[in-house]
Amino acid sequence: MLSTLHSPRSLSRFPLHLTSSVKPRAASASSLSDYPPSPPLPVAQSPGGAPASQILTIRRSLLSGSVTATQLAESYLSRLRLTEPQLNSFIHVSDSVLKSAQEIDDKIAKGGGEALGPLAGVMVGVKDNICTVDMPSTGGSRILENYRPPFDATAVKRLKEKGGIVVGKTNLDEFGMGSTTEGSGFQVTANPWDLGRVPGGSSGGSASAVSARQCVVSLGSDTGGSVRQPASFCGVVGLKPTYGRVSRFGLMAYASSLDVIGCLGTSVADVGIFLNAISGHDKFDATSSKQEVPDFESLFASINLLESKPLSGLKVGLIRETLDDGVDSGVKSAINAAVLHMQELGCIVNEVSLSSFSLGLPAYYILASSESSSNLSRYDGVRYGKQTVSDELNALYADSRASGFGPEVKMRILMGTYALSAGYYDAYYKRAQQVRTLIRESFKTALDSNDILISPAAPSVAYEMGEKKNDPLSMYAGDIMTVNVNLAGLPALVVPCGFVEGGPSGLPVGLQMIGAAFHEEKLLKIGHLFEQTLQGCRFVPPLVADDPTWE
Amino acid sequence: MAFTLFRNVIQAQPLFLHSSALLRRKNGVLYCTMKSTSQSQTQTATEEKQQQKSPQKVKVSPQKQMKEVSKIAADYEAVIGIETHVQLSTLTKAFCSCPYSYGAQPNTCICPVCMGLPGALPVLNSRVIECAVKLALALNCKLSFSSKFDRKQYFYPDLPKGYQISQFDIPIATGGSIDLDLPLEFGGGHRRFGITRIHMEEDAGKLMHSGNGSYSLVDLNRAGVPLLEIVSEPDMRTGIEASEYAAELQRVVRYLGVGNGNMQEGSLRCDVNVSVRPIGQAEFGTKVEIKNLNSFSSINRAIDFEISRQVNLHNQGQQDSIVQETRLWEEGAQKTVTMRKKEGLADYRYFPEPDLPEVVLTKDYVDSVGKSLPELPEAKRRRYEEMGLSMQDVLFLANDITVADFFDATIQKGADVKLAANWIMGDIAAYMKNEKLSIIDIKLVPHELAELIASIKSGTISGKIGKEILFELLAKGGTVKGLIEEKDLVQITDLGDIEKMVDKVIAENPKQLEQYRSGKTKLQGYFAGQVMKASKGKANPGVLNKVLVEKLNAKV
Repeated sequence: MLSTLHSPRSLSRFPLHLTSSVKPRAASASSLSDYPPSPPLPVAQSPGGAPASQILTIRRSLLSGSVTATQLAESYLSRLRLTEPQLNSFIHVSDSVLKSAQEIDDKIAKGGGEALGPLAGVMVGVKDNICTVDMPSTGGSRILENYRPPFDATAVKRLKEKGGIVVGKTNLDEFGMGSTTEGSGFQVTANPWDLGRVPGGSSGGSASAVSARQCVVSLGSDTGGSVRQPASFCGVVGLKPTYGRVSRFGLMAYASSLDVIGCLGTSVADVGIFLNAISGHDKFDATSSKQEVPDFESLFASINLLESKPLSGLKVGLIRETLDDGVDSGVKSAINAAVLHMQELGCIVNEVSLSSFSLGLPAYYILASSESSSNLSRYDGVRYGKQTVSDELNALYADSRASGFGPEVKMRILMGTYALSAGYYDAYYKRAQQVRTLIRESFKTALDSNDILISPAAPSVAYEMGEKKNDPLSMYAGDIMTVNVNLAGLPALVVPCGFVEGGPSGLPVGLQMIGAAFHEEKLLKIGHLFEQTLQGCRFVPPLVADDPTWE
Repeated sequence: MAFTLFRNVIQAQPLFLHSSALLRRKNGVLYCTMKSTSQSQTQTATEEKQQQKSPQKVKVSPQKQMKEVSKIAADYEAVIGIETHVQLSTLTKAFCSCPYSYGAQPNTCICPVCMGLPGALPVLNSRVIECAVKLALALNCKLSFSSKFDRKQYFYPDLPKGYQISQFDIPIATGGSIDLDLPLEFGGGHRRFGITRIHMEEDAGKLMHSGNGSYSLVDLNRAGVPLLEIVSEPDMRTGIEASEYAAELQRVVRYLGVGNGNMQEGSLRCDVNVSVRPIGQAEFGTKVEIKNLNSFSSINRAIDFEISRQVNLHNQGQQDSIVQETRLWEEGAQKTVTMRKKEGLADYRYFPEPDLPEVVLTKDYVDSVGKSLPELPEAKRRRYEEMGLSMQDVLFLANDITVADFFDATIQKGADVKLAANWIMGDIAAYMKNEKLSIIDIKLVPHELAELIASIKSGTISGKIGKEILFELLAKGGTVKGLIEEKDLVQITDLGDIEKMVDKVIAENPKQLEQYRSGKTKLQGYFAGQVMKASKGKANPGVLNKVLVEKLNAKV
């Protein structure tokens, strides 16, 4: 697997892709001459290379009048048109983006700039298993091909109310079941860092789109790591909120007790601002929390980056089991470098052991499959979606489902049906629930004595396309870093922390920070400091770095 | 909105068929819908017995039916348990905010949640819990202060999500009982039957099959309507015990106001389990489930038929051919027929519903619901009994809560208990039956009935005038005092006034007087009638007759 001979420290400080990102722009500009010139974008990159908030930059630019929402939208759309043929991040691109942007410009022209929502003019990608009223929502499945929901998911409704513009629906593994996005019923998405590699999954389209700056932020869903692992693979920030923080209403259920809608962005600040916009109790989701949602934005403004040890005394637990055999040495190196960096910021990093950690994977696959076997029963071809012509009821069910679902979904339905069957329930489902309780308790203990826990977001960097296609168990094993967090219902933030050699300019590695339930604020604060002080790493993939319209 | 399709089999259409009495076997599963009726919802076991008018129904007197069964079954004992589904009349469905009204145009009471659209989630209607707690307390059950919902999974076109949200291993209530009094025509007697459990769940939609069976239509209006399932202990032994159990459950549901309990609309549905065993045998025989029981009398007759069938098989040494199966009651043929065999093999793969949090009850909440309960039928019957009413009267008055309320309000105004009961059960009930009205629809109010009874008792008006006033009050309302004044109906009791009238009548009828005095004393009635006529019915009959006899027999 991928590895590097560089010392961990030098690896993270001097990422290999720097060489490509400093290429003169003229060199590649000629190949783009077919496309109409786009207006320049507001700079969303601080001089030191640390990512600045695109959302805050856009807001400032709109309010100052230096750019219009329409110009912004055109710029993102033109980059989207440019990169989409190679990436295939989107299953559907909205045709009303410019109209929405114009509405924002009209508002500003009428002097309503102050009343603009916090996401005004922000281009948002929405994972296609999240319902949108004006666009198809397929869940990446042929069984819902051309299905249009009559309602917006609560998260979508909220982001629209705050001025966000949905640019399109991003690709995913069918119903969120997979870790490569190769399990989509429609198309394979490429990783912007290396077009021959997968973007991870299941929110691969959302991660790829944000990484390639096809949109500012995106919604993903995370049942066992589906936001965090693709964030790691694509070098973007991914946040899996606490279970219940964001309403699941409108999210096509995969495993209801584990599913959360999460956010992806190019900076921690963007992800924090975006999370604030979509969070909070929803009367349409009985499992959504009534916990107050903090204003994460003021948090980023108040952080003092000049302080030499801003995280002084913060206790960080490095989960020992996540650096065992089976984790690529390059990933280990990058994590070790991140640990050193955190120590420089003043953190006290200790190894902690979660004894039940290794049980998480089998427990997760039993519970997730069991719940999915039930949640996917509604796709029966009777009321909506794919229906096969049949002259008998059972054949209607069987044929519609056989032709509508892909192989991974079928396998999980079979596994889940088996695990819930009379005589097997106690041995599988019930035991997995017991393991879940153990895992929850061990996290609680570890988080009682540590502010946060850290681990790699994935045991490797992005796979080659097809690498795991015929080896589902090895693909499942890749979820080891993330599934435990879902079982415990905790929030976790993935921040790019370094690179491993591979692809044209290195492949990003993500650091996972896990917090106590509803402590997203703490994660965002630490993540922001980590990101802003990380020297020499610039997580802009070559596909975008070469694009003259970027910056 | 057209959404339900079954190309070739189930058709995509806004469902134009109104619910009709269809009963058809389809793909091995039988589905039936009940006939829509607009008649008053106060049909009860006893009324039903009085109005068996369907030509298909075989009329069998209760006594004859019971004798036949007991003759055949002398050496055997039947064991009967009932599962009842009670539809709750909450304003909105169990897990979404759709209103539900029976008989609405198909697929007009639906939303993404009850249609099972992708991404839709259930949110529990708290009124469902309130209804469950009420019924649990009324049936003396033990409440689970922490219960949960589970998913019961199976595929059927009327089940939009592919699972029914129900309660499996931790129902909201367990271990209760129900008390009832059997009707006198069935021998009477008090019974107490055990309640195993009560749980909350959602109803499914309805299928309607085309006449030639080439397609079926799905109506999801009913999908997601809240139900309480009440499972009895196998404590009943005869058809009448079972049907009276169901009737008492209906009374309790109506007294509590948690549902309308209407069997024709399917708001109260009973599935009955019947087995027989030789008397003295401890273990149960093989049980058979009977469905399609749309009235209390069909419960009674279906069970007695099934008992006879099973006992006959025992008597013929063919008890092995009694198998665990679901049988269907055929009203026309008055018999049960096999619907599907191999019961007990279905695996519903229950597991806890992850979309809904636990249902947690606090003691304060349960106490407050307990305090809000009305007087229940059993308590009412015992109270009426203590007031000195006959069991016949008690059963009539307590049967319908609106009648009981009317009676209670009347006697609260000081009316004589027995007289109030007689008026209600006699003329008022007859009027209601003729006019097809329920007691809440009539214009007479309890206060005026009490006034009427008092006016008769005090002699202000005669019983005959009282009846006239009653019908006036029933149809038009008003007050007893007002009507007496308006129509000048106060009884004439003054001796002098009556003597004058008698004198006048005697003077005007010399011929009749002569006949009377020559021995034709029957003519006293004629004279009385003439005087009464002259008084416009107001003369006090006692005084009148006394004066009349004196005058007729007076020595000239």
